[in-house]
Amino acid sequence: MIQIFAFYLFAVMTIASGAITILARNPVHSVLWLILAFFNAAGLMVLAGAEFIAMLLVIVYVGAVAVLFLFVVMMLDIDFAELRAGFIRNFPLGMVLALALLAEMVLGIGAYRAGALKLGTPDGTATTAAGASNIEAIGALLYGRYLFLFEAAGIILLVAMIGAIVLTHRQRGDVRGQNIARQVARRPDEATVNLRPEVGKGVTL
Amino acid sequence: MTAFFGQWLPYEWAWFLSTIIGILLIALPLMLGVAMIIYADRKIWAAMALRRGPNVVGPFGLLQSFADGLKVFLQETIIPSAANKGIFLIAPIVTFTVALMAWAVIPFNSGAILADINVGLLYVLAISSLGVYGTIMAGWASNSKYPFFSAMRASAQMISYEVSIGFILICVVLWAGTFNMNDIVKAQQAHVWIVNGFFINPLLFPMWVMFLISGMAETQRAPFDLTEAESELVAGYQTEYSSMAFALYWLGEYANVLLMCALNATLFFGGWLPPLDIPVLYYVPGFVWLLLKILFFFFVFSWVKATVPRYRYDQLMRLGWKVFLPVSLGFVVVVSGYLMFTRYGA
Repeated sequence: MIQIFAFYLFAVMTIASGAITILARNPVHSVLWLILAFFNAAGLMVLAGAEFIAMLLVIVYVGAVAVLFLFVVMMLDIDFAELRAGFIRNFPLGMVLALALLAEMVLGIGAYRAGALKLGTPDGTATTAAGASNIEAIGALLYGRYLFLFEAAGIILLVAMIGAIVLTHRQRGDVRGQNIARQVARRPDEATVNLRPEVGKGVTL
Repeated sequence: MTAFFGQWLPYEWAWFLSTIIGILLIALPLMLGVAMIIYADRKIWAAMALRRGPNVVGPFGLLQSFADGLKVFLQETIIPSAANKGIFLIAPIVTFTVALMAWAVIPFNSGAILADINVGLLYVLAISSLGVYGTIMAGWASNSKYPFFSAMRASAQMISYEVSIGFILICVVLWAGTFNMNDIVKAQQAHVWIVNGFFINPLLFPMWVMFLISGMAETQRAPFDLTEAESELVAGYQTEYSSMAFALYWLGEYANVLLMCALNATLFFGGWLPPLDIPVLYYVPGFVWLLLKILFFFFVFSWVKATVPRYRYDQLMRLGWKVFLPVSLGFVVVVSGYLMFTRYGA
């Protein structure tokens, strides 16, 4: 009983907060509702027995991605009237995208129901046994059967990260950087000089 | 406990009731502990500054925190007229709730754990990554300059240090071979000779040092308390808060500090295990050892707060990204390589 109650609670909250995400007028409120949707989706995954994915969803999306969203949205100066002005003009494009997504979902669920996909252990015989740890099952798949794809994804992300840094990094000439090792290595006798200038005369450094 | 209530109730209700009781058994002593630890913090800080600290309310000033709590409780809650009211009020609740949530997976004794889940450590990471929202929401909803700067700093700081904390925890998990907190504690039994705890391991000792420092940054304690740097930002994200909302931030902050102390104890110092693997020491209940370790780490936190000056913002970022991140990433490679050649075969 408690599972059913929890499922409907999480499901209703996910859909409702997802809907409010796109309906909210304030973009910061939208991001906060989106975070609530992520959180409830994680709850649904825990119910489905995928606790590892649930925790990763919270760590990656709620803990890092949504913080960056919020960071950017809070600093933006958004004109809400201008934002909604393009609604009618972009409506057909939006409908096409929505229909494409719907078709994809129907196809995906249909294919899953038809049992055409062999999702499971590396040899494709059976799904993971109940009781086996999520983490071990995913680790065996990622580092066994899908090792090449996993590492390829890692390299693509690394290249993308380096590319982003190279594109946005600019060397500024007028900044005096701090070299902590040099500061620590300085000793009083080489850092200070005792001078006794005569009255009315300056000191050259 | 579920089995005890299961005698009279169906399983679901017995589970529900025992979980509620378990939550109360953790949360109520924790709140009392937070009140006393605030007093201890002020006393330690005062002693290091050669002052007396709170000594008026009750014997030795022991009731000072309760007097403060009562005072704050009786004050008026002021909401700035330009504030975003809903988020302004939710923010302290988020901070306080998140500070309590992570205690669900801290083992107090062998098996004495509210949620004995096999992703315990990931749960701690997930919950600690939520902590930043209380600060960001407060900073934005206050609609004021200083809180907003504070929120910006908090989000950058916490994301930076969570990266290296993640790598540090991976080293611990690799060595323990599990994410379950109770099993991580058990894996530390007699780790080197008769000493319980990963800190004695030469490959994990630097990880512990970095975890302690990152923990201070994560809980925004001095020397990393840039979010409430009083010389620059008035009181940071709390500037516009008063009354109970302010008190919730205070309680949440100290509950988070206690959690970091408990994590240090659990992950590197053997949690509820006694310090040495000697049979006599096991007669002392496990939660006493855990409590002693938490108090020790809290003293270290207070000590650092009283003696170390505040970091500058660029120094904070440099430490996180240019020192801790490469070193912890390097240690993940070293630790997994070592385990590859010794435990799992080349």
